Amino acid sequence: MSIRLEHLNYIYSPKTAYEKHALKDICLEIPDGEFVGIIGHTGSGKSTLIQHFNGLIKATDGKLFYNEENIYEPGYNMKNLRNEVGLVFQYPEHQLFEIDVMTDVCFGPKNQGLSTEECKERALIALELVGLKEKYYHSSPFELSGGQKRRAAIAGVLAMRPKVLVLDEPTAGLDPKGRDDILDQVAYLHKQTGMTVILVSHSMEDIARYADRIIVMNHGEVMYNDAPRAVFAHYRELEQAGLAAPQVTYIMHDLKERGLPVDISVTTVSEAADEIMKALGGKDLGNTAAENRALRNRTPEAGALSNKTLEKIR
Amino acid sequence: MIRDITIGQYYPAKSVLHRLDPRVKLVSTLLYLVSLFLFRSIAGYLTATLFLIGIIRVSKVPVGYIVKGLKPVVMLLMITVVFNLFLKKEGEVLVQVWRLSVTTVGLRNAVYMAVRLIYLIIGSSLMTFTTTPNELTDGIEALLSPLNKIRVPVHEVAMMMSIALRFIPILLEETDKIMKAQQARGADFESGNIMQRAKAMIPILVPLFVSAFRRANDLAMAMEARCYRGGEGRTKMKPLRYKGRDLTAYGIMSAYVIAVVAIGRYVPLKVWIF
Ligand SMILES: Nc1ncnc2c1ncn2[C@@H]1O[C@H](COP(=O)(O)OP(=O)(O)O)[C@@H](O)[C@H]1O
Ligand SMILES: [Mg+2]
Repeated sequence: MSIRLEHLNYIYSPKTAYEKHALKDICLEIPDGEFVGIIGHTGSGKSTLIQHFNGLIKATDGKLFYNEENIYEPGYNMKNLRNEVGLVFQYPEHQLFEIDVMTDVCFGPKNQGLSTEECKERALIALELVGLKEKYYHSSPFELSGGQKRRAAIAGVLAMRPKVLVLDEPTAGLDPKGRDDILDQVAYLHKQTGMTVILVSHSMEDIARYADRIIVMNHGEVMYNDAPRAVFAHYRELEQAGLAAPQVTYIMHDLKERGLPVDISVTTVSEAADEIMKALGGKDLGNTAAENRALRNRTPEAGALSNKTLEKIR
Repeated sequence: MIRDITIGQYYPAKSVLHRLDPRVKLVSTLLYLVSLFLFRSIAGYLTATLFLIGIIRVSKVPVGYIVKGLKPVVMLLMITVVFNLFLKKEGEVLVQVWRLSVTTVGLRNAVYMAVRLIYLIIGSSLMTFTTTPNELTDGIEALLSPLNKIRVPVHEVAMMMSIALRFIPILLEETDKIMKAQQARGADFESGNIMQRAKAMIPILVPLFVSAFRRANDLAMAMEARCYRGGEGRTKMKPLRYKGRDLTAYGIMSAYVIAVVAIGRYVPLKVWIF
């Protein structure tokens, strides 16, 4: 079970003055249950790439396999693909349209042909997951604040119970707290349900914290496709591609240059703290272990689900 | 896709047509459109066709791009043709199916009407393909400026037109995004009967209107913040001035109009019923 791209090319407005070769010979595989980060500067082709995953745009050239089936074969069931690969667009709040939040979240499940009760039930769980307060369920989506709209819109996709969740810069324009809330929620869902998550972002810090693997896009090509440590080791090249490694990477490199024997490949702040303590001959703070434990058992502030509900989603 | 709509859009290229003064292009387009109705003979149509082909070549806009722009009006074209084809009763009957008959006059009218409509659309798209919205506004404003005397707010009208033109691609892009987002949530715009399809438009139209109003509001704010206060006393960074090539263009255009009318009316070319 996976998404696999073979020599995928995409050209916008071919044969006109606006021609743009947005994706160049992309070969990728995203196995089930992975948390993948896609990163790249503006215009590097991230959004174009992810719209291929659920067949919204058709590659100019190349193949895309979902669960080993080529989705460009005639007669392929696109509807089913869209049920399984949920895509949250950038600024998803712009697609809200119903009279109240609840009905809007039900739109996806309703299109899947579910009964009204089932739609409602899924919507309730999804809304709880994104941490939107109950008093908003019956307000007009247009009355909510930006962050609340964003949550409602993400719930609209979660309610469809996708097997693969693709998020295009879900935190763009949010304050730090809103950003952490949403990403924690997604990480929680990933851990609890084993859902594949593909997170597009241009914050290295965010991606470093959550992703098992990072795909770096540069001018329509895959530049790196590797574990975070391995990718951040190329921090000089990343800078040339208009990106930056997490600040921790820079600190560790500087320390090493000045003679402190630290492991330069750590990617998060707590790992770095442990490393520095070790290098200074102090005792292991156990930060990393503690953080890993916390992440695993994390029950996000808002929208932690009861075991019974979790049972249902799985 | 919805983005293929190219009516009213600018197509960047380096051609003489692109460099011409917008007033020349506006007047010439108007002349060309009027000229299409001043004759009804095959010789005239041939002349108009040759001229149009020449202009397209000069404009350096790809033919495929122009043809794509015709797609949205195919429906309108079909209706016109069908009405003309079956509703004319004069002339010899060519084909008779039940109570519908196609006569020579009907066929001729249908073909002429279709050709005229297509040329009308291509002619006016060529103007917008080769003229930026800003130039177009300046041109319209300059041409209509005599109306200022009778208190028509010419600058405001021109500004509104250019904003409307500028918003077409933005709204199309927005529509495209919203459609994709709703499709990702399982919306289906292609199947079902007319009622179902109309209902399927709601998830597109509501967000589209919301966004159009938001954009309009933002634009108004931005203009206000830069102290925009209409046309009175406003000077231009690039005032319009006629150059040699503009006068040549006027000359060519007048020659064409005279030629097409003369040929269309007095050259007795006849092919079958046309
Ligand atoms: N609908 C479109 N039509 C034409 N060009 C586009 C369109 N969407 C994106 N592009 C171009 O394709 C490239 C990749 O865009 P995109 O995938 O949106 O990048 P990113 O999401 O990484 O910022 C950009 O150069 C952009 O200008
Ligand atoms: Mg993007």
